[in-house]
Amino acid sequence: MKIEIKNGRVIDPANGIDKQADLYVADGRIAAVGRSPSGFTAEGSIDASGCIVCPGLVDLAARLREPGFEYKATLESEMAAAAAGGVTSLACPPDTDPPLDEPGLVEMLKHRARLPDFAHVYPIGALTAGLAGQRLTEMAELAEAGCVAFGQANTVVLNTQVLMRAMQYAATFGFPVWLAAQDPYLAAGGVAHDGEVAARLGLPGVPVVAETIALATILHLAQVAGARLHVTRISSAAGLDMVHAARRAGIAVTCDVSVHHLHLCENDIGYFDPHARLDPPLRSVADRDALRAGLADGTVDALCSDHTPVDDDGKQAPFSEAEAGATGLELLLPLMLKWSAEAKVPLAQALARVTSEPARVLGLEAGTLGVGRAADICVFDPEARTRVTRQRLKSQGKNTPFLGQELPGEVRYTLIDGHLAYSPPL
Amino acid sequence: MNHDNPQLNKNGELQHLLTLDGLPREIIMSILDNAAPFTEVAEREVKKVPLLRGKSVFNLFFENSTRTRTTFEIAAKRLSADVINLNINTSSTAKGETLLDTVDNLAAMQADMFVVRHASSGAPYLIAQHLRNIGADHIRVVNAGDGRHAHPTQGLLDMYTIRHYKKDFTGLTCAIVGDVLHSRVARSQIHALKTLGVPDIRVVGPKTLLPTGVEHMGVRVFHDMREGLRGADVVMMLRLQNERMNGALLPSPQEYFKYYGLTPDKLELAKPNAIVMHPGPMNRGVEIDSAVADGGQAVILPQVTFGIAVRMAVMSMLGAGN
Amino acid sequence: MPTLPPATELCRRLADLMRPHVTPATALVGIQTGGVWIAEWLHEELGIKQPLGSMNVSLYRDDYSQRGLQAGRKPSSIPFDVEDAHVIIVDDVLYTGRTIRAAMNELFDYGRPARVELAVLADRGGRELPIAATYCPHALNLPASQSLNLDRAEDGSLQFTIVEK
Repeated sequence: MKIEIKNGRVIDPANGIDKQADLYVADGRIAAVGRSPSGFTAEGSIDASGCIVCPGLVDLAARLREPGFEYKATLESEMAAAAAGGVTSLACPPDTDPPLDEPGLVEMLKHRARLPDFAHVYPIGALTAGLAGQRLTEMAELAEAGCVAFGQANTVVLNTQVLMRAMQYAATFGFPVWLAAQDPYLAAGGVAHDGEVAARLGLPGVPVVAETIALATILHLAQVAGARLHVTRISSAAGLDMVHAARRAGIAVTCDVSVHHLHLCENDIGYFDPHARLDPPLRSVADRDALRAGLADGTVDALCSDHTPVDDDGKQAPFSEAEAGATGLELLLPLMLKWSAEAKVPLAQALARVTSEPARVLGLEAGTLGVGRAADICVFDPEARTRVTRQRLKSQGKNTPFLGQELPGEVRYTLIDGHLAYSPPL
Repeated sequence: MNHDNPQLNKNGELQHLLTLDGLPREIIMSILDNAAPFTEVAEREVKKVPLLRGKSVFNLFFENSTRTRTTFEIAAKRLSADVINLNINTSSTAKGETLLDTVDNLAAMQADMFVVRHASSGAPYLIAQHLRNIGADHIRVVNAGDGRHAHPTQGLLDMYTIRHYKKDFTGLTCAIVGDVLHSRVARSQIHALKTLGVPDIRVVGPKTLLPTGVEHMGVRVFHDMREGLRGADVVMMLRLQNERMNGALLPSPQEYFKYYGLTPDKLELAKPNAIVMHPGPMNRGVEIDSAVADGGQAVILPQVTFGIAVRMAVMSMLGAGN
Repeated sequence: MPTLPPATELCRRLADLMRPHVTPATALVGIQTGGVWIAEWLHEELGIKQPLGSMNVSLYRDDYSQRGLQAGRKPSSIPFDVEDAHVIIVDDVLYTGRTIRAAMNELFDYGRPARVELAVLADRGGRELPIAATYCPHALNLPASQSLNLDRAEDGSLQFTIVEK
């Protein structure tokens, strides 16, 4: 199928392109940007007037809840959410039930996701069996089944000997290790940032030192093991400083931040709003501002949705008992745009944080509109503003702290491998 | 987002009593003023007034506390309300859906007021917000203690007690001693003392029992109890829960008593006319010496008496809007 | 506009009406706040032996839900034994009768009096309950749009004013 996308502003951060241009797609790949290839006869045409044409978004953290939590979300519902959010590639953490610790499970997930309307799924395999932190998984087999990295989702490997060996083993094959930095002892029982708000509301706190202690451990071990480390959902200024220092010391480390931590802070808990119950917790204003600056200057490599569909039963509980997490696939683009506008980060640079940069972290040839690459494309209207409502959200998870807010940008079309996966409802 | 304080209505009037944080001075003072006539009711032959006649007050205790439940029950009964006590075991089905299911059921039984005790901070907010969502916001919620967050009627009765003995708040030094970290009572006391203009509020305790950033709540922090009590007009002791006495927070009740227990010699550092308060039940020989608890400066039993009157005032004021 | 004799004169006339019926067992209870002022004066003028009582009936009013509690009022104080007593409730103005009903309800929570009477300075009409004053020196008819207020000046003298609501 040959498609032309006409009259749009093409922004391709990976190739330094930001211009008014037409884009041509043939056989699921980018055929040309600007001038029509010779002999190109479009079978379909998309009018992108007033819109931006960019690479499909690459999300480093999207929980699809399959297998095991189908009552919270299904592959179908979450893939519809991804397409509606302009997300064409996503990495999913291994905290399914059972966890992604066996090749068969990964193959099943990849197989189920192999529909033309579905975003490319890149599973993060479990680093240890059952995420239990004791026995290594068959990483090489899992990689053959489709895993692109190995991690523990939000759990940790308590035993540092096991952790070092897991990193060494992953490093043997060159597999990246993705870890969340939160010491489980210092964070025990905590549900909110251990600061002013938690003190006032009487919520058990998770101190920043829970993040920095864990970071110190995993940064050191990664260095010793020679593993490529990706720190997921960094939440504090102090943690970010450590990542920065480690990188300058030559340690191969990347990190991401979630849309929630980019925009919200402990004050957004308000009067015990369970929507603000997130893991890691929302931290102070100063922490949030440091993360925003870090994302702008590249200390933070990528912005992710940390998409975690939680059903109403999980959220309609007292703050401490509410399940952590929020839906996010459909909000990644709007919240990136909001940050770009507020922090005065040029759009192309901001877009890189959700396209080419996360693709680089994943080691993928994605997040670009380079000729010959897969035609994963997002066309969005940057001027449109939409209100986040339960009705509009396609994700089965209807809970997000951004409910009711008006956010910039609206996706018009999403193409995955040149296939129109999302177009506006008529 | 839940960023509107649900305890005040659009006109700034008390809709529920959930916390003393941000409760305007005028409302606190009017509760204290309204409590005064109720102290007299308790002293007569028929200890009952008809203010809440025909109203149904549900004591929803998701966390056991016979003592607190009893004080609310007495207060409601002296206002002529019908009182229904529900002790809901949270350990069996400790999920929010049960909590809100319970609320739905009781709302359908034409409840007029919920007195809520819950182990999780913020649970009464969830209930108040839910009542609004289901169009049952005529039902009033009184927080009888939620997690570590707030115990507003205790805070109010403490203010009533202080006013009774000290008349004026604006020149006082008040020391709150003990496990502030886990204490909803301490948080409510601090907010009320600040709102009422107490210039010197102190918290005294080991670092393990003080919340991070407690100084942002407008208090001075002391780790040495003798320094913390020096010149105090009011000494407010906190209860130390049994499960916190031996472990990572404190090595032993004996060592705690030695350094943070209120003994006659430590009390001597406070002003000669200082009063000693305790929310009860006391751990004698842990946070307070019997010689102090039973001594002339202790006002612990008057606190209990005033507590009934203050709870009557709160319930009648909330019931009045129905 | 109806006119009213001065309050001080009404007090004297009220005392004259009550005097023949006062016995050593007679006790006075003023309703806060105006009734207490009058009761204080009557207590001395009539040489009442029993200590003077005062009542804050707001805890007993049937319109409590509309009015709420009124701050600044003192607790009730009944310093004599109500059981078998001869009690005269004293108020400034008799209007709907609801205050008197509340006062009687409260009084009965202290005991069972032998006899209860009512003394008021003025009866302005507009009754909503079957209640009448035993002693009343002056009656007038005021429309519901007006209210009759008793004030006490700094020198202790009492003054009636009629105000539009």
